[in-house]
Amino acid sequence: MSDTNFDLVVIGSGPGGYVAAIRAAQLGLKSAVVEREHLGGICLNWGCIPTKALLRTADIYRNIQHAAAYGIKVAEAEVDLEATVKRSRQVASQLSGGVSGLLKKNKVTVFDGHGKLAGKGKVAVTKEGSTSPTILNAKHIILAAGARARNLPGMEPDSKFIWSYKEALVPDTMPKKLLVVGSGAIGIEFASFFNALGSDVTVVEVLDRVLPVEDADISAHAEKAFKKQGMKIKKSTTVTELKKGSNTVTATFKDKKDKITTDSFDRVIMAVGIVGNVENLGLEGTKVKVDRTHIEVDAYSQTAEPGVYAIGDLTGPPWLAHKASHEGVICVEKIAGSKDVHPLITTNIPGCTYCHPQVASVGLTEAAAIAAGHKVKVGKFPFIGNGKAIALGEAEGLIKTIFDEKTGELLGAHMIGTEVTELIQGYGIAKTLETTELELMHTVFPHPTLSEMMHESVLDAYGKVIHM
Amino acid sequence: MPITITMPALSPTMTEGTLANWQAKEGDEISSGDVLAEIETDKATMEVEAVDEGILAKILVAAGTENVAVNTPIAVMLEEGEDLSALDGFEVGASAAPSVEAAPVPQIAEPASPAPTANAAKTIAPVVPAGSRVFASPLARRIAGSAGLDISGITGTGPRGRVVKADVETFIASGGKTAAPTTVGTAPQSTIAATAPTSVTPAHAGEFVEIPLNGMRKTIAKRLTESKQNIPHFYLTVECDIDNLLAMRKKLNAQSEDYKISVNDFIIKASALALKRVPHANAIWGGDKILQYKDIDISVAVAIDGGLITPVVKGADQKGLGSISNEMKSLAGKAKEGKLMPEEYQGGCFSISNLGMFGIKEFSAVINPPQSAILAVGAGEPRPVVKEGAVAVATMMSATLSCDHRVIDGAVGAELLKHLKGYLEEPLTMML
Repeated sequence: MSDTNFDLVVIGSGPGGYVAAIRAAQLGLKSAVVEREHLGGICLNWGCIPTKALLRTADIYRNIQHAAAYGIKVAEAEVDLEATVKRSRQVASQLSGGVSGLLKKNKVTVFDGHGKLAGKGKVAVTKEGSTSPTILNAKHIILAAGARARNLPGMEPDSKFIWSYKEALVPDTMPKKLLVVGSGAIGIEFASFFNALGSDVTVVEVLDRVLPVEDADISAHAEKAFKKQGMKIKKSTTVTELKKGSNTVTATFKDKKDKITTDSFDRVIMAVGIVGNVENLGLEGTKVKVDRTHIEVDAYSQTAEPGVYAIGDLTGPPWLAHKASHEGVICVEKIAGSKDVHPLITTNIPGCTYCHPQVASVGLTEAAAIAAGHKVKVGKFPFIGNGKAIALGEAEGLIKTIFDEKTGELLGAHMIGTEVTELIQGYGIAKTLETTELELMHTVFPHPTLSEMMHESVLDAYGKVIHM
Repeated sequence: MPITITMPALSPTMTEGTLANWQAKEGDEISSGDVLAEIETDKATMEVEAVDEGILAKILVAAGTENVAVNTPIAVMLEEGEDLSALDGFEVGASAAPSVEAAPVPQIAEPASPAPTANAAKTIAPVVPAGSRVFASPLARRIAGSAGLDISGITGTGPRGRVVKADVETFIASGGKTAAPTTVGTAPQSTIAATAPTSVTPAHAGEFVEIPLNGMRKTIAKRLTESKQNIPHFYLTVECDIDNLLAMRKKLNAQSEDYKISVNDFIIKASALALKRVPHANAIWGGDKILQYKDIDISVAVAIDGGLITPVVKGADQKGLGSISNEMKSLAGKAKEGKLMPEEYQGGCFSISNLGMFGIKEFSAVINPPQSAILAVGAGEPRPVVKEGAVAVATMMSATLSCDHRVIDGAVGAELLKHLKGYLEEPLTMML
C-alpha cells in the first residue's frame, strides 16, 4: 500500500493541476495528483495541443497550394487524413508522457482514478471498475477537474453525425459539408482546419459577429478573411433543430428577422461553450459555493471551504490553459506561505485562436475600454505596411492597440495575422510591467520582423506612425 | 579619480542613520568586500562594505555622528596609483551627482504637449533622498505625477514592494494619506513621523547627564506614545497553573540535547494556537476596515542594550516547540548583537513580553502598533490556591493581555485568554 498522507492532493492533472502539483513539490509540499483519464488533461490530450497539430497540417497544405507563388512547382498535393490524425495523436501522447516524467522527477505521486472530496482533508480515489475507493489524507486539496463541452438539448453529440471537439479531433472521414455551431476559439479553429482541407464549411453564430470575445475590428477582419477562404458565416442566427437523416443532418436556422431556413450537412461540430465538471466532486455537504457550473473562489483560489481550493476551467473565466497554470502556481505559493504572491490580473491574460489568420489579444477591447469609462487613444497598423509580412507572403492582418488617453496605460492589444499568437506576449509583458505608451515607443523592435508592427501600432495611437 | 563613499540606504524607507563606528582607518588599504563602517538605523546595525579597491584617504563623517542623511559623502578613497594630491581640487560629492537623476521625476517626452506634471513634480513636498531609488511602474509614476504626488511617499504592494497603479489609486482615493498598513510588515512610519520632537529642559536645577537618543530610543518613544494616545487599550488578566507545563518541559528537555525549551517557548506556541482558535483576535485596525491575518506570526520582545526589539517567530502555530525554541534562541542572539535583518523583526500580529525572569509578578504592556494585542507574562511562582475545596500549593503564572478595543472586544479577548490558559495548563493539548 503506498503512502496516502499528503500535504497537497490535486484532483485533475490538466495544465492547472499538474503545474500546481509540481510547484507544490518544489516548495517542499508532499504532493499527489488524481487523474481519471490521461495526464495533461483536455489541453494536452483533447484540446490545445492536438488541434495545433491538425492546424499545422492545414498550414502546410495551404502553403503547398500556394507554392507556385514562391517559385516552387508542386505536382499535386493530397491530404492523408489518417496520417494527419495519427500525427496529432502522437504529439498528444508524447506530451502526456512528458507530464508523467515531470511529475515523477518532482516526486509527485499519481493516483489513477476518479477523485472526490470525502470529508474534511480527505479525497476518495475510485479506480475504474472498482467500488472500494482509496482514501487519501490531505492538508490541502485543489480541485482542478476542468470542464467539458456544453450540450444543447436535442443536439447532443452522437459520435456519428454530431461531433463534439473530441470526435472532431479524430475524424474518420473528411466531411464534404460541415456545419460548425459556435464561432468562439474552438469552433473557429475546427472550421479553419476542415475548410483548409477542403470541406465546405458553414459557421453559425448566435451573436452578431465571429470570435465575439475579440475586439469588433478583429472580428470584422476575421470574418472577411474566412469568407475569402470560402467559409460561409451565418451571424445573429440560432440553430433551432438538427434532424438526423440516414446520411446527413438537416439543420434549421432562425435569423434575427425570425426568417427560417434549412440546409443539410454531412457532419455538425458543436462548439457552444463549456461547463465546469462540478458534479461528482463530493461538494455536497461542504461550504464550496457553485455559481451555475463553476466554483466560486477568492483571489488566491480558496473556496468557501477551508483547505479546499479550485483552479482553472472549474472556476470563472477566462477558460484558458495558461490561466489555470498560473492560478495553480499562485494558489500553491499562497498555501506554502511564499513571499510576494499576487493575485492574477485577468485583464493581463492573453488569449489566442489558431485559425488562419491567427488571432491574439490581451486586455480590454475598444468597446469594453469605453464602457469602463476610459477616454481612449487607438492605434492600428496593417500587415500590408510591414516588410517582413510582405516577404513572407502573409500581408493580411492588423494590430490594434488601445491606450487610456489620460494615463497612457496600455488597456488592450488586439492582433490578427500570421504568427500573432507568438507576438502577443510582448504586450503581455508591457501590461504586467504597467508600461505607458512612452516605454513602448522607446523600445527598439528588430528589423525586419512582424514585431515592428507592434511598435507602429503604438506610434499610430499617438499620431507618430512612420510606415503608413 | 578619488572615489566618494556615501551613506547607504539600508532599506527603501531609510532616510538617515547613525554612523556608529569606523572599522577602517584613514590610510588603510581596502579591498572590495572589506567592512568599512557600521551604520545604525532605528532598529538594526548593518555593515557598510567597500565596493572598490583602494586606500581610505579621508573620513568625512566621524564615528558616532547621528542623523546622517542617505547619500551624504562619508569618506573618500584613493584608487591604486593615486596619492593624497589627487584630493586637491576634488569636490566631494561630485560623483554622487548621477544619482540625482535616479530620483523619480516623471519623464516629459514631448515639449509640444503641455507639461503640468513637470510643475507638479517640482512642488512635491517631501524631499526624496537622492539615490534612494523608488521602484515603481511607469504607469504608477505617470498617475502620481499627474496628481502631483511624490511616489516615494506611497507604499508599494507589487512584486518586491514595487509601487503599482493600484497603490497610487488607493493613495489618491484615501485622500492622499498613506494607506493603512496592508501588510503587517509595514510599520506605519509615516503616521509617526508627524510627531516632531520637542526639546524639553527640566525647570528644576540639579546636575544631570544628557544622554543622546539613538535611533531605537526615538522609535520606541514615537511608536509607544502613538500607541497609548491612539489605541483604546484595555487589559485582561488570567492566572495559569503551570505545574503540568513545567513537568512536560522537564521531560522534553531530558529527551535530547538538540533543544532547551523555555517556558516562554511554550507561551509562544500556546498564543499562536489560541490565535488560531480565535481568528478575530489575529487582526489589526485598518482605519476603515479590519485586516484579519491568515498567518500567525508572533513577535517576542527581547531586551537588548539600549532598548528592546521584537523579532518575529513566523507561522508559530505550524511549528513544533523544539523549532520555536531554537529559532527564538537564534533570533534573540542576533537581536543582542544588533544583527537582525528587517524581515526578522518586521511584521508579526501579536506580541509577547515576558518579565518573569526579573521576578515581576504581573504587569500590563503597551501595544506595539500596528498590532492589536500584547501579552504581558509574569513570573511563575508557588502560590496557595484552592483545589477541590482545599488549599494547595501550585506554580502560578499571571498573564495580562492588552487589547485594542477597536479590533478586539472584551469577550473576544477573554476567549483568547481562555484558550491560552487551557493550552498552558494542559500543554499536551497543544499536540492535538
